[in-house]
Amino acid sequence: MLSRIAESLFWIGRYVERADDTARLLDVHVQILLEDPWAEEDLACRSLLSVMDRPDPPADLDVGREHVLDVLGYDRFSPSSIAGALVAARENARRAREIVSTELWECLNASWNQLPSQMRPARPHDYFTWVRERAAIVTGIIESTTSRDDTWHFMVLGRSIERADMTARLLTTRALAGSAGPSWATLLRSCGAHEAFLRTYRGNTSDERAAGFLLLDRLFPRSVVYSLNQAEASLAALEPIADRTTIDDARRHIGLVRTNLEYRPLLEIVDALPREMELVQRACSAASDAIRARYFPSGAELTWVGEAL
Amino acid sequence: MLPAVQARRGARLGVLRRDGVVVSRNATLTRADYIRAMADLFDDYPAGTAWDEMIGPGGEVRTAYRHVHSALAQLSAGELRARADTLARSYLKQGVTFDFAGEERPFPLDVVPRVMGGDEWEHVAPGVSQRVRALEAFLADVYGPQKAVADGVVPRSVVVSSTHFHRAARGIEPPNGVRVHVSGIDLVRDSLGGWRVLEDNVRVPSGVSYVLSNRRAMAQTFPELFAALRIRPVVDYSRRLLSALTAAAPHGVDDPTVVVLTPGVFNSAYFEHTLLARTMGVELVEGRDLYVSGGRVWMRTTQGRRRVDVIYRRVDDEFIDPVTFRSDSLLGCPGLMTCARLGNVTIANAIGNGVADDKLLYTYVPDLIRYHLGEEPILPNVDTWRLEDPGALEEVLDRLDELVVKPVDGSGGKGLVVGPRATRAELDVLRGRLREDPRGWIAQPVVQLSTVPTLVEDGLRPRHVDLRPFAVNDGDSVYVLPGGLTRVALPEGQLVVNSSQGGGSKDTWVLGGRVPRRAQTQHQSLPQAVPKDASVPIDSHPSDVRGQVMQQQQQRTTGGSTC
Repeated sequence: MLSRIAESLFWIGRYVERADDTARLLDVHVQILLEDPWAEEDLACRSLLSVMDRPDPPADLDVGREHVLDVLGYDRFSPSSIAGALVAARENARRAREIVSTELWECLNASWNQLPSQMRPARPHDYFTWVRERAAIVTGIIESTTSRDDTWHFMVLGRSIERADMTARLLTTRALAGSAGPSWATLLRSCGAHEAFLRTYRGNTSDERAAGFLLLDRLFPRSVVYSLNQAEASLAALEPIADRTTIDDARRHIGLVRTNLEYRPLLEIVDALPREMELVQRACSAASDAIRARYFPSGAELTWVGEAL
Repeated sequence: MLPAVQARRGARLGVLRRDGVVVSRNATLTRADYIRAMADLFDDYPAGTAWDEMIGPGGEVRTAYRHVHSALAQLSAGELRARADTLARSYLKQGVTFDFAGEERPFPLDVVPRVMGGDEWEHVAPGVSQRVRALEAFLADVYGPQKAVADGVVPRSVVVSSTHFHRAARGIEPPNGVRVHVSGIDLVRDSLGGWRVLEDNVRVPSGVSYVLSNRRAMAQTFPELFAALRIRPVVDYSRRLLSALTAAAPHGVDDPTVVVLTPGVFNSAYFEHTLLARTMGVELVEGRDLYVSGGRVWMRTTQGRRRVDVIYRRVDDEFIDPVTFRSDSLLGCPGLMTCARLGNVTIANAIGNGVADDKLLYTYVPDLIRYHLGEEPILPNVDTWRLEDPGALEEVLDRLDELVVKPVDGSGGKGLVVGPRATRAELDVLRGRLREDPRGWIAQPVVQLSTVPTLVEDGLRPRHVDLRPFAVNDGDSVYVLPGGLTRVALPEGQLVVNSSQGGGSKDTWVLGGRVPRRAQTQHQSLPQAVPKDASVPIDSHPSDVRGQVMQQQQQRTTGGSTC
């Protein structure tokens, strides 16, 4: 497979997952600000922006929901907002059009076409629901129509790394804002994990268990450890270990941070949650770079001008 | 202009086209509609005889409603209907439905919320809690020593003639002394605005799921109101309920298994059963999933049998155990009562609670509050005739056309007759039945229930409402869910609000209050400062970053909306 194509597939996986996760995160964030009269909107919004790698607005500005939604939800020009991620996913599908199945392409293209009409700030919840549904359709199409060859592995690899990264960011919002931030129940809900969590532990919920569920659960597909395991599995499928002593960089980064989470007492991790989550994010980023270096080497930078895009 | 901004402007009401047609997302309105729509929604709101909770007799807006009123007044009729559509769609999608004459319908949720000031709630909530405590004490007494009967507070005949007084429940001691784990006390406001208790529900009160889902749907539809008002949250309910049920587990059980027992998918409140089981994270069982062995209750699972310790049952007494009650019942579990008597399982709410919400016993509740608690009732009853009292039957028969007559063991508004609205023939039939069975009926003056503006065909009109606050008793304290279920009678002048009679509901907002002390654990200290620039960058495809730059350049040069 061409490196360029593989890179596009990898990023389709990442962008779609990013749109999905950001929509979940924002949906719960907005809902909590509305339903909880004691929420400190400014603080909560600032910590969310910070976690999502956005510049901190000037201190004298009162940061509200609208600002967060504009920046993280409706900005079409930044691939790290929902709209931008959907645009970018479609662009990548266009670059790999001959490999991407027609069904998948049409789904991504339709999402892109519907995007302007779905961005109605009057009812952000509808927008988030729509984004989640589109992401679910993309995942469904990938699962049901793609051969389990490199095409599939690159997309799943992208998705898993993004998911681990976003779940780590989500957990950071909790730690940063302290009691002003979203409760564990809210975080679980935003990952679609609340009901699964309640069923697993029934009434005996506690902060540690909730953190453990999102961090370490080996069965829940959005937990950090599950996602990292899946990324490792995809990397292994792409290139089975041949050398007896060394391991490639991407797998090393992911495996290291995963074992770091898995083989330590939960309380130790929870006590230093922001730091640990930063490690996860950095590992995801490093793994992504290593994957790029290994599989997507690019020649000299080409710059297109004019109407090329 | 950025497309995102364009989209936002377009979302307001619709666009007035040059030919005078307004193109809105939901409907096509003519210019006349548009102009009418611009008028204040409250312009021709009629002043009724009943207490209107939003607008006083002089046309002034009451304090609690000030914000809601001004927010609604800014909306046009079209906008308000669009929001109502959103609510209805959200309900159909969620499956928030109830069974109406064999058909599953979305539970009608009105767009105008009912608002209570914090001070008002501080009067209602203790009143509800007091009532629950008194009924709890009465039930413990009536299935035990029966001191209240011996002391003449309640006649023995009232107790033993109640269809819901079950001798089988005598001597079953609940582990933490709680029989009324969940209750719904129906309240109304009379024409002077005073709160009164209309009836008690301590068997299997339903409707709390609507409180939870109403709140969610309203928050998504009216984000601006939620942002501006401090509305007390209701999400805590399931957690409170689960902890109350857990607290009621038999002695010596460390990690009790709680289940919700439902009659099955065809029950009118099935939605509620699933919601409660889901949000508590417990199993939702039907009678056939349970069996009794060795004096304990078990459920059949793929991993073999599992012991059940607490059953939050939503099945009526008569159906819960075919050995003790109706032998033809398929909804219960044979032998359940034996296990309860052995103290190996807790049934919540307890069997036989119906004696306390019998409508004839209702007339004795103020006395019971004084007797058991030594307190004056905070919330008064509605005046009620007991037909067995000397002279009462004659007076009631004489004034039947101006009274409301209710069967004592009915619920859901079944069998209720509103005198002023009944035909002569109906009243004649009723007279016969009252003479035959005076124990079976009570009579009350027609209470002009308070009204709240409600969106109907003609716009906002006053419609009668009641309120069912829900209380959860965990043995230490009685928690009253802020707000409760407001039911509204949609037909004009209709005073019966039950959903089985075509009623709808309103989200009930209790404003203000103290900031709750959040659970502080060792891991969440003071809010940490948000570290700036310490965040990990979010990667993206290198070509996309380049594309981003170029797109922005294109935007700047063409200023266009192409993308």
